[in-house]
Amino acid sequence: MIINGVAIEDTFAEAFGMTATRLLITADAPEWAMTAAQSLTGFATSVIACGCEAGIERSLTAEETPDGRPGVAVLIFGMSGKDLQKQLRDRVGQCVLTCAGTACFAGLRDGAPLKLGGALRYFGDGHQISKRLDGRRYWRIPVMDGEFLCDDSVGTTKAVGGGNILILGASRPAVLAAAEAAVAAMRAVPEIILPFPGGIVRSGSKVGSKYKGLIASTNDAYCPTLKGQTRTALSPDVAAVLEIVIDGLTADAVRAATRAGIAAACARGAANGVLRISAGNYGGKLGKFHFHLREVMA
Amino acid sequence: MSALTLTLRAPPPQRVDLSALTPDRLQGLDQTAIARLPLQCGNRAIAVGDLFTVAAGAPDDLRLVGDCARLDCIGAEMTRGAVTVEGNAGAYLGHALRGGRIHVQGNADVGAAREMRGGEIVIEGDAGDFLGGARPGEMKGMSGGFVLVRGNAGDRAGDRLRRGTIIVEGALGAYAASRMIAGTLIGLGRSIGPYPAFAMKRGSLILLSRPERALPSFADCGRHDLAFLRLLLRTLKGRSPRLDALAARPPIVQRLAGDQSVGGKGEILLWQE
Repeated sequence: MIINGVAIEDTFAEAFGMTATRLLITADAPEWAMTAAQSLTGFATSVIACGCEAGIERSLTAEETPDGRPGVAVLIFGMSGKDLQKQLRDRVGQCVLTCAGTACFAGLRDGAPLKLGGALRYFGDGHQISKRLDGRRYWRIPVMDGEFLCDDSVGTTKAVGGGNILILGASRPAVLAAAEAAVAAMRAVPEIILPFPGGIVRSGSKVGSKYKGLIASTNDAYCPTLKGQTRTALSPDVAAVLEIVIDGLTADAVRAATRAGIAAACARGAANGVLRISAGNYGGKLGKFHFHLREVMA
Repeated sequence: MSALTLTLRAPPPQRVDLSALTPDRLQGLDQTAIARLPLQCGNRAIAVGDLFTVAAGAPDDLRLVGDCARLDCIGAEMTRGAVTVEGNAGAYLGHALRGGRIHVQGNADVGAAREMRGGEIVIEGDAGDFLGGARPGEMKGMSGGFVLVRGNAGDRAGDRLRRGTIIVEGALGAYAASRMIAGTLIGLGRSIGPYPAFAMKRGSLILLSRPERALPSFADCGRHDLAFLRLLLRTLKGRSPRLDALAARPPIVQRLAGDQSVGGKGEILLWQE
């Protein structure tokens, strides 16, 4: 399969089952909601060392939020509900509770609940106020600029983490420009996040290492500087590779984002140095979800 | 299917306990069986048919027509359906209500929504004393659901309120939210009786006007912009036009904390223009 001169490899992205939740963060101004969201989703690129994967789903207008203020929707993915619970408590407690004028609401109401305000309420030291409205419990925690308003709990859902595409090109600027275009297109897809910096990963990894205790190491088959040295997956004309990792609430959302990303990268075309689109997998044995690139683009 | 309609033949000479006539208890009964149901009127038993003319219909849409001011415990402990009172209602309207909806087109007497746990009560006229309260000796009043009074409420509205929301569009009598444990009582009227929130433990009393006399045991915590009020208005949207009109006002309230005489951590939120 060739789109606009760019070859789509006959391979698939392998993704895993994760547990995810959505938070709605509001503030007096959209900038402050975004500040809290960026802080909350910082250092959350990979569960390997961050404990969770998180990102900003989209901005919300005042009409879309529970308290009628502008906000931001964020998605947080963990390997289990237990992992996610710890991350929620720590991240909301350190990054949203602390951020001027914010409130934090559940963006998912169904599914196994995790504590949100229920875990943070103790910060109120006995001055916290519980309010039950329309069957939902909220906490008002007194803070130095007024009150931190927070849902008591948030629902979770089974989700998909680790969907990906690899963009192979003739130069580093060419691949970066294609990846930027792909990220812009993918961010318009609902129910997904791209957890890595700017949505893009340059240090794709393989499982294991020559060093004992290191569970992942550089994906040498895709490192252009090792082309002559290892069993490379790169043809002589490939000078750089960038990956885009996708976490989504559903497999359909990940598929839609994969398609949008590949289409945008291919739109730049061979003329702009984009050579091939590939994907990362582990032979299909580890992950439950397989996204075959040619089927996705068919 | 049309409503099951009970039309009062004449106001009864004594008070009548109507707790036997709820959508739950009338399921599967035909017109004759309903007319034969016994009711207690003073010290003697009478049949439903003696008191009302019965027009068959869906028990989940029960209508009581006439001046029911002497009919007590209308809709008591019901869990489903709707009861409409086309007239006044007696005491203890919706006692221990768990679900469903009660709509009174006239006034309700003392103890409406007493120990209510869920569901909804709308009273177009006035409510008597102890709206949402508890039986004597009971420690907890209303513990869930929603009550709207479009007229005035008597004294001690929200006494021992444990949870749930009460809105009174008109005046509040003396000692509103007395002994309140938690929950929310909103008074939208201009006239607020003396000493609201006496012995309040927790909970919120939201007022648009200053009470005629206030307790000295509430501490002024200053004026604040509370995001909680925006959330409250959004959740209650469409229930009371007078409450909805507040959305245009900035949610800046004076917070009074108390009742400090009982170590309470409740609040009176004064939301004045």
